[in-house]
Amino acid sequence: MRLLRIWPENSHFDFMSLRRFSFPLSAFLSLLTVVLLMTIGLNFGIDFKGGTLMELQAKSGHADVAKIRKAADSFGFGEVEVQEFGTAGGVSLRFPIQQGGESAQSAVVQKARDTFSDEYEFRRVETVGPRVSGELVQSGTIGIILAVIAVLFYLWFRFERELALGAIFGTLHDIVLTIGFFVITQHEFNMTSIAAILTIVGYSLNETVVVFDRTRELMRRYKTMPTKELLNLSINTTMSRTVMTAATTALSLLALVIFGGRAIESFAQVMLSGVAICTYSAIFISSPMLIYIGLRSSETAKAPEGKVAPAE
Amino acid sequence: MLRYSRSKIIATMAVIVIGLLLAVPSMMSREQRLAFQNSLPSWVPSWLVPSRAIVLGLDLQGGSHVLLEVDVPDLLRTQTTQLRDDVRRVLREARVSPQGGIQLLPRGVQIRVPDAAEREKLMPKLRELTQPIGNAVLGQSGSRDIEITTTPEGLITMAYTDAGVNEKVRRATEQAIEVVRRRIDIQGTTEPSIQRQGADRILVQVPGLQDPQRLKELLGKTAKLEFRLLAQPGATDVDMLAMKEAGGQKVPVERRVIAEGGDLIDAQPSFDSRSNEPIVNFRFNIRGAQRFGQATTENLERSLAIVLDNEVVSAPTIKSPITGGQGMISGRFTVQQVNDLAVLLRAGALPAKLTVVEERTVGPGLGQDSIQAGKMATYVATVLVVAFMFMTYGLFGLFANIALLVHVGLIFGLMSLLEATLTLPGIAGIVLTIGTAVDSNVLIYERIREEVHAGRSIVSGIQAGFERAFATIIDSNSTMAIAAVILFFLGSGPVRGFAVVFILGILTTVITAVTLTRMMIALWYHWARPKALPF
Repeated sequence: MRLLRIWPENSHFDFMSLRRFSFPLSAFLSLLTVVLLMTIGLNFGIDFKGGTLMELQAKSGHADVAKIRKAADSFGFGEVEVQEFGTAGGVSLRFPIQQGGESAQSAVVQKARDTFSDEYEFRRVETVGPRVSGELVQSGTIGIILAVIAVLFYLWFRFERELALGAIFGTLHDIVLTIGFFVITQHEFNMTSIAAILTIVGYSLNETVVVFDRTRELMRRYKTMPTKELLNLSINTTMSRTVMTAATTALSLLALVIFGGRAIESFAQVMLSGVAICTYSAIFISSPMLIYIGLRSSETAKAPEGKVAPAE
Repeated sequence: MLRYSRSKIIATMAVIVIGLLLAVPSMMSREQRLAFQNSLPSWVPSWLVPSRAIVLGLDLQGGSHVLLEVDVPDLLRTQTTQLRDDVRRVLREARVSPQGGIQLLPRGVQIRVPDAAEREKLMPKLRELTQPIGNAVLGQSGSRDIEITTTPEGLITMAYTDAGVNEKVRRATEQAIEVVRRRIDIQGTTEPSIQRQGADRILVQVPGLQDPQRLKELLGKTAKLEFRLLAQPGATDVDMLAMKEAGGQKVPVERRVIAEGGDLIDAQPSFDSRSNEPIVNFRFNIRGAQRFGQATTENLERSLAIVLDNEVVSAPTIKSPITGGQGMISGRFTVQQVNDLAVLLRAGALPAKLTVVEERTVGPGLGQDSIQAGKMATYVATVLVVAFMFMTYGLFGLFANIALLVHVGLIFGLMSLLEATLTLPGIAGIVLTIGTAVDSNVLIYERIREEVHAGRSIVSGIQAGFERAFATIIDSNSTMAIAAVILFFLGSGPVRGFAVVFILGILTTVITAVTLTRMMIALWYHWARPKALPF
């Protein structure tokens, strides 16, 4: 039986030279993200913005979106977002947070139940008051900052300074572009999105670490090889693994996107884009960064201190 | 060299089999589990039979999650009113009358006593009203809940300190949890979970509850019941309270409370035999019965105000002394209202109002659909990844696939052992680990291929592949673990479910991808003695 090979063995592809394209591209995309973030902004879900989200299912036939919108607007609870999803009569309604503190939110649910429960089944009702949403924003932000700090520490202990710098640069790049994906697709940004971003931080690092582990190994074996060649060799030798893992992860995420249902779909889409971003950045961003940072400086600086460098 | 002793093989297999068996109870329904346990012969010790199972999160099972917060301003209002009454009592006992009466402040009270001698006499008594703030670990901290300050002009201010407020909030929350539990238990709801969250919050989770409106109504009422007399014209010591009827018109009632909800020992919904109106019948305890009997004897022909949550629900005229300790509350209630009121009175009053700050309800239909969708995604992901691995690595792919299936089984086993909660994001986590779990095997296999192509023999290539890849596997899994652990501590509910699955997945993948595959490959090598790698 002939087995599948996605990446040719003993490839000698010059990845590093592609930085002429990848760096401007990433710079452009990052800039675009910042601009879009400031103009359009993220589509914050009720976790962070507060308010009420409802998912309704028509008891028979299709959902009459226009009628629902008209009825919901007449409640006087502010601007209502009504969205149809699927083909089988599913509708989601999002009400903004109500003035008047925590207890004011309940009135929205009550009114909607009174109005729609004859024709629709309430599949999901979520209400988040102003205080809880404020706290969730806080813990989400802390989460991402903590993750970056934890990763910094990990890299500091585990790698030489140059490699750590390259890896953290790549991770930040991936966080920015993932947020860019959120802005462009206008996927709802909620607590699950924070989970997705943290997982992407983990995956991004995973990708970079595998390449850099090899870089470090090769540095010790080929002490005189120029940085660019060394990096190209690291990537080429780990490429078949990178492609394999990206493929299996993407396959399982694809299964989630297609079959996972509405609630998971957006998480899976973000993760899928994250896998693409991370794989790209490990090869085309963090590794070529090392050319600019310079690889050998700390290695030679540390050598007199008697650091053990197990050569082959 | 790639040699496994028989005992090592048996030990590895035993760990895996036990791990997988742990997952079995989670595959059965509760009824099946009980039936299975009962069907076992009696000589099988119960600890041998795995009985712990995964708990389905509310997002999969359907149900309501309601986060309540103690209303601190309301609590402070109650506390300062209480303080005012205490201060009034002290003043009366000391025969001191302050200039301009007692002023209520947001956090305490203020009185003006210009006479120094009177102040001297009063201060020790006022100090008795303050309480030390206890600390279970450190003992008395020396600080007290109320701070008393005086000015030379004779202005005495008593105000709750921050520590005092925190202490009150802490105690009120504890008390409220008890009341909430009693109120829900009386309803006979199945398996509610009531937990404290933070300093002033209570999380109530009720599986299967579709509309938490009634629950919220039940928990949103303080249910503070008081019996007072309607004030007579000209009385000074009065509170103005709204009437339930007559459009919230205010009536004066005496400040003195004759009896209150805490004095009740029973409350039942009933009907008035004459008017056929829904009412609540109640019985007082001995203290309540005595006080109520005395007050009604002394105040014939006056009106008794029945006050619920600072609203006069009815004010019947006392026609004859009520000394038997029994009575009824009427007030144009509906049947539903008297049922609720009876429950509330039996369960006791809340120390302060509770506000709903977060509510998440999932209907049973959505939960079922999510489980179905999750299963489907898991199967499809498994088939795709398994096929892909087999197509790429052949026999070695098969080994990795066996390890993958064991890995998923072990996640379920460990989750059962921990009685962890499986949520929808948790299912996504499982599907995601299916994709990432094979990463370890891919790292190892690619390394083996490199080593063999670099001129090593197969056996030493396999050996080197496992050894060299191991450091990288640890590295790449730790990076994932960092993110997962942070997520676990920050997230709540569904998101935490994702973190749990992910952390367990990282643990089991190291076991299965490294130990189990290595063993399979070693056994295969000794059996087949291959001349070339199968991929």
